[in-house]
Amino acid sequence: MAALTREETEALIQEVLEVYPEKARKDRAKHIMVNDVSLESSKKCITSNRKSLPGVMTMRGCAYAGSKGVVWGPIKDMISISHGPIGCGQYARGGRRNYYVGTTGIDSFCEINFTSDFQEKDIVFGGDKKLAKLISEIEMLFPLNKGISIQSECPVGLIGDDIEAVAKKAAVEIGKPVVPVRCEGFRGVSQSLGHHIANDSVRDWILSNRDGQAFEKTPYDVAILGDYNIGGDAWASRILLEEMGLRVVAQWSGDGTLAEMENTPNVKLNLLHCYRSMNYISRHMEEKYGIPWMEYNFFGPTKIAESLRAIAAHFDDHIKEGAERVIAKYTPLMNEVIAKYKPRLQGKKVMLYVGGLRPRHVVGAYEDLGMEVVGTGYEFAHNDDYDRTIKEMGDATLIYDDATGHELDEFVKAMKPDLIGSGIKEKYVFHKMGVPFRQLHSWDYSGPYHGYDGFAIFARDMDLTLNNPCWGLLKAPWSKAAQEEQKLVA
Amino acid sequence: MANIMIRRNDKGYVFYMPKRDIEDSILSMEFDTPEKWGGEIRLGNGGVYFIEPQAAPARLPISVRAKRLDGVE
Ligand code: SF4
Repeated sequence: MAALTREETEALIQEVLEVYPEKARKDRAKHIMVNDVSLESSKKCITSNRKSLPGVMTMRGCAYAGSKGVVWGPIKDMISISHGPIGCGQYARGGRRNYYVGTTGIDSFCEINFTSDFQEKDIVFGGDKKLAKLISEIEMLFPLNKGISIQSECPVGLIGDDIEAVAKKAAVEIGKPVVPVRCEGFRGVSQSLGHHIANDSVRDWILSNRDGQAFEKTPYDVAILGDYNIGGDAWASRILLEEMGLRVVAQWSGDGTLAEMENTPNVKLNLLHCYRSMNYISRHMEEKYGIPWMEYNFFGPTKIAESLRAIAAHFDDHIKEGAERVIAKYTPLMNEVIAKYKPRLQGKKVMLYVGGLRPRHVVGAYEDLGMEVVGTGYEFAHNDDYDRTIKEMGDATLIYDDATGHELDEFVKAMKPDLIGSGIKEKYVFHKMGVPFRQLHSWDYSGPYHGYDGFAIFARDMDLTLNNPCWGLLKAPWSKAAQEEQKLVA
Repeated sequence: MANIMIRRNDKGYVFYMPKRDIEDSILSMEFDTPEKWGGEIRLGNGGVYFIEPQAAPARLPISVRAKRLDGVE
């Protein structure tokens, strides 16, 4: 059951959009819909992957963020150079909490900001020489790196530097892959195109490096794609797959390595967690190497069991039994977690506004805890994401694409959710409004949330946030008194 | 003319255009026999594309060139 009826939700959308000038209102109206689970396709109801309106406050990132921040950055033994002015890389450094095993600065490099630090003269005379020098310096200072990627920032595209030529020359000199990535921030309408560009560069420069080389295969080889190991997510997923008898050859790209990526064409099945950021490379591998891929969801026991069975269905009885064994092993544990937290969370309403997969993937986890998601939306989804979301969400719930600051504020005020799950840009606004808030990008310095172990942490975190006594102290005494009075009257 | 990729899921053919990141179901395909495959294809979003009729591919997915005849985008 939704909190509001269909008519009420529609009226709410109209009311919220009222403040915009007419043209903006028309445009934004296309990005917001009231869910109708009977729909097969979202196209008639919601528009997505369009340029944000000037003047509204969008939460989107840029293509560089999608490539460097999301796809390339977490590969631990490669060095990603933020090519251009220093700010883009510096302000995004380590923000996603992609955990990895390794010694930073020796054999792992995710947390260090490598940048060509463009100055005026580099813009005027070009930065290619500087880039070549930077690469040889990196090679001297960090000899254990396995390869280098060059992530272009806006100015590099504007001045027309030839980073491909520099990369080719440098690759020969250092004898390692050097990958030029044309992910200038201005490309595309959001970070989404950055994911695509990053996938394409992996395809062109990395994926086929070991074609034809010997590889000891097993019939149970899989790769995890689109898991960035935020707070250890990929580890919590990997152990489940291994417990059921599969061999995880590669993790893309959280705690991943270059060798793993190069070996991926040998797997039997690609497991795709974040569809939005890695479906491109999965499609390519399906066409070129005949490797099937499937989306899975490791949030919450219901979805995990569903996914484990769906994964096992691609293999023989040995794996199918393995899946059942894993599910049976963790079910008592999960029942305990639910028994403990469900009474404290039951019936609470949640609103989400996140990125690639979470607006639909975490719905099941909240439902396992007896909570209800009343509104959800993506920063940079495409229509096929909404097609899937429609099925996950309840009827007459609210769905918003590329929501603006104003819209989110107003929706929250009207729908009064008990918890909001979104990112750091939204966090403090809602804290100040006195609404319990959890970051669902970086798990608010906690995690993992994937897998069975992750669900236990997820449930605890939601309880800690929602039932925290501090929320009661946020109201000024006089507004509290007014409320009490109202209650008495009622 | 644009490059598109056609794959099959449990419901039938699926259309994908990498350049514009458009993914959609293929509602109908003019020719769908082993000897002759392709022709006019109609998508869920109303788009109509044309693939030069050819022998059915031995394996899907396959990338082919297609021409947009009608519809959005
Ligand atoms: S939009 Fe351009 S300048 Fe801004 S962060 Fe992205 S790459 Fe850097």
